[in-house]
Amino acid sequence: MKRKLVMIGNGMAGVRSIEEILKRNREAFNITIVGDEPHPNYNRIMLSHVLQGKTGINEININGWKWYEDNNITLFTGEKVTEIVHEEKEIKTDLGRTISYDELIIATGSSAFILPVNGSQLEGVIGFRTVQDTEFMIETASRFKKAVVIGGGLLGLEAARGLMDRGMEVEVVHLMPSLMEQQLDAPAAKMLKKDLEAQGMKFLMEKQTTEIYGNERVEGIKFSDGTSVECDLVVMAVGIRPNIQLAKHAGLDVNRGIIVDDHMQTSIPSIYAVGECAEHNGITYGLVAPLYEQGTALAEYLTGAKTTGYQGSILSTQLKVAGCDLFSGGKIAEDDETDAIIVHDQFAGVYKKVLVANNKVVGVVLYGDASDGTRLFTMLKKETDISEFTSAAVLQKAGEDAVDEMIADMSADETVCGCNGVTKGTIVQAILEQDLKSFEEVKTCTKAGASCGKCRGVVEGILSHTLGDSFDPAAEKTGMCACTSLTRDEVVAEIKEKGLQSPKEVRNVLKFTNEEGCPACRPALNYYMRMVWPEEYEDDKASRFVNERMDGNIQNNGTFSVVPRMYGGTTTGDELIRLGEVANKYDVPLVKITGASRVGLYGVKKEDVPHVWEDLGMRSGYAYSKSLRNVKSCVGSRFCRFGTQDSLGLGIRLEKEIEMVDTPHKMKMGVSGCPRNCAEVLTKDFGVVCVENGYQLYFGGNGGTEVRECDSFITVKTEDEVIKIAKAYTQYYRETGIYNERTAPWVERIGAENIKLILSNENRNAELVERFNQAKNTYEEAWSSTLLNMKKKEMFEIVKI
Amino acid sequence: MMKTKEIVKIMKLESLPKQIGKEVHVGGESIALFHLSNGDVRAIGSRCPHTNGPLAEGIVSGEFVFCPLQNWKVSLITGEVQKPDDGTVPTYETKIIDGYVYIAV
Repeated sequence: MKRKLVMIGNGMAGVRSIEEILKRNREAFNITIVGDEPHPNYNRIMLSHVLQGKTGINEININGWKWYEDNNITLFTGEKVTEIVHEEKEIKTDLGRTISYDELIIATGSSAFILPVNGSQLEGVIGFRTVQDTEFMIETASRFKKAVVIGGGLLGLEAARGLMDRGMEVEVVHLMPSLMEQQLDAPAAKMLKKDLEAQGMKFLMEKQTTEIYGNERVEGIKFSDGTSVECDLVVMAVGIRPNIQLAKHAGLDVNRGIIVDDHMQTSIPSIYAVGECAEHNGITYGLVAPLYEQGTALAEYLTGAKTTGYQGSILSTQLKVAGCDLFSGGKIAEDDETDAIIVHDQFAGVYKKVLVANNKVVGVVLYGDASDGTRLFTMLKKETDISEFTSAAVLQKAGEDAVDEMIADMSADETVCGCNGVTKGTIVQAILEQDLKSFEEVKTCTKAGASCGKCRGVVEGILSHTLGDSFDPAAEKTGMCACTSLTRDEVVAEIKEKGLQSPKEVRNVLKFTNEEGCPACRPALNYYMRMVWPEEYEDDKASRFVNERMDGNIQNNGTFSVVPRMYGGTTTGDELIRLGEVANKYDVPLVKITGASRVGLYGVKKEDVPHVWEDLGMRSGYAYSKSLRNVKSCVGSRFCRFGTQDSLGLGIRLEKEIEMVDTPHKMKMGVSGCPRNCAEVLTKDFGVVCVENGYQLYFGGNGGTEVRECDSFITVKTEDEVIKIAKAYTQYYRETGIYNERTAPWVERIGAENIKLILSNENRNAELVERFNQAKNTYEEAWSSTLLNMKKKEMFEIVKI
Repeated sequence: MMKTKEIVKIMKLESLPKQIGKEVHVGGESIALFHLSNGDVRAIGSRCPHTNGPLAEGIVSGEFVFCPLQNWKVSLITGEVQKPDDGTVPTYETKIIDGYVYIAV
């Protein structure tokens, strides 16, 4: 009969142990897991990425419900174990359930340590440990302005960066004089602080929190030196506290954590503990690598393998904050037994320190360029004798041989991707069994490198080591998508040279690996075809992303938005009345002035979309398209006492002349009536500032999440010249831009001076304008043409039976 | 337990464009119908297991559809979400009789 294995806790450490057990013997146990969070197992270390908006909350699940089902694991979520009765070998839960066991694993993890000061129970004061904490922080950031994070360690800094990404002002309070003092020495910590300050993070160093004040909600914090700071949110990231109450109550030996031996066994036989709740040789751990190692040790023991057990872990750390490349592992400070090799290039912002004792690496601190981290850390863990290495060679970028040797030396169960817990063995197995050839394929198949991406070098090393000479890392980096190794420029050149007439022909002739293409190349090829052959090529709706196929933005609940054209931001009383009437008639849940100064109707049901267009009787504002969205303008000389020219009239004209034509990405333009620049045109894809003697032109501004200020081009005398240059500029972007590349990165890539040169050349300029006009003639206003075409209209209908 | 299935007449095959999904509601169930480039007609549950994205609006490539919200790749034949993501959506048998599409529900 199968033994009954019960686990308390459904977190990373526990479930990793179960995975390791299933890998060794699927038939040994009937497994039951009880977890008090309402989710299946998720990757807690990715919560920083969720907070920073890089990942969705649903994307960090490690095992979905189906995994438990497929492995015959009984899972109780949202249920808390209240008692372990070890004499009876059973546990009791808060729902009154009693579950008996033969073997019991405690994997209760830890909780955020909340400072025992007055006010720590106020609303708006939390730790950063769980999905709920993360959701609470995201929600708070949407309503409040100012946050204080207590704790300048790894978690605190990641939380602070996330809250900044969510639009909050953040101050980090730290008790010590230097950040991440557990992992970084003073020079590295200083560089980190400088980089974070440049990103806008503020610090209050050497401050001890004495009180949190506020009525119901937190209003601020007081420090022991008598100073204080106001805030709307306090995140405590001052450490974790192992969850040991249950074990302690059951009579297990505990100290800071639950005391375990090398087989993760507690003081009572048949009860084991792993992860952050366990204390091994006096150490409790709060990072991912040790808990994976513990899981393996426990699995080996429970499935009867003869092993030496768990021997403790040497820790390494990387910070998941963009722009701060750091690695730390082992010791960080020199002492009597260690010598340090240090390279400190303050100019380049690079700091590297390797601590050596008895010809072995015992510590690594890297800042600014952490690419050697994995290699040096492997030497540390393997206790490689470095007497053959000159110190300079230790610090040089790894030569191919060194990387290859390091990868050859890695054992199969060594973790390569810490974010997703993928081992070298898993990667090698996937490469061999599924015939993988590229980093992208390994990423898709195993999730290694799918999160922060810092392990990419090692993954490529493993590919190279496993495949030998047949791996070519250069080949995969240049292709426009996973279907081809040709670049965008090569593909467009082939389309022109070979006269290719359809995306299908392109994929065939250019030997794309996927004959029907992928979601990356399908819309791109459709765009390039029409750009090259504006008059001959018929747009392929099936290759358009839903927004452009349906001429409305799809929203997160499957409804659509309708944003009509309002040239230059103008409308009329009649139009506003109609917008209101239509909004009421179709129960539109949100009417909002959009970011581009138009009225938008949000949450329109798919089947209502064409009727809404018909009733409005307005043109499409192309708020969903990769084309000109709008031209923002101020009222200019028509009403403003400072206006030098008719900026509104020029804005309307510009919008009419450029609208509807597909571009590689969306475009926004602006016209300001005077140098006060109310239309904020220096952050637009194309901007005009009207001055007494003409029009100053700018291009390549903003263009996405990286803020970029426009390049100044020239001042021209007439509106006609403005229109001409706008057209030539747009057409040059159309012809040389990579699909999905906004003008700011395009200008950086092509070079502002090159673009100025082309646009200033009268012949080139005239040709571009002509090709733009030719393309423009092939476009029809989207909504009215859909309403006239039965087939297109049918796309919105839902067949109901 | 055996569950008997009903064959339901949906629409004319000729009004189902190739490679563009069609949302169909049958007795409260939301189903996405696809006419593949090889001529096959496939039907799967129209909600992506990830964030409930409407699969009927996704880009179709070969025998796969890509969810329009977060790009999950779903097989139109098995209903399985492709790696590295996990999950399945229901699949429904389809038949073409006299130029009409039928689904077994």
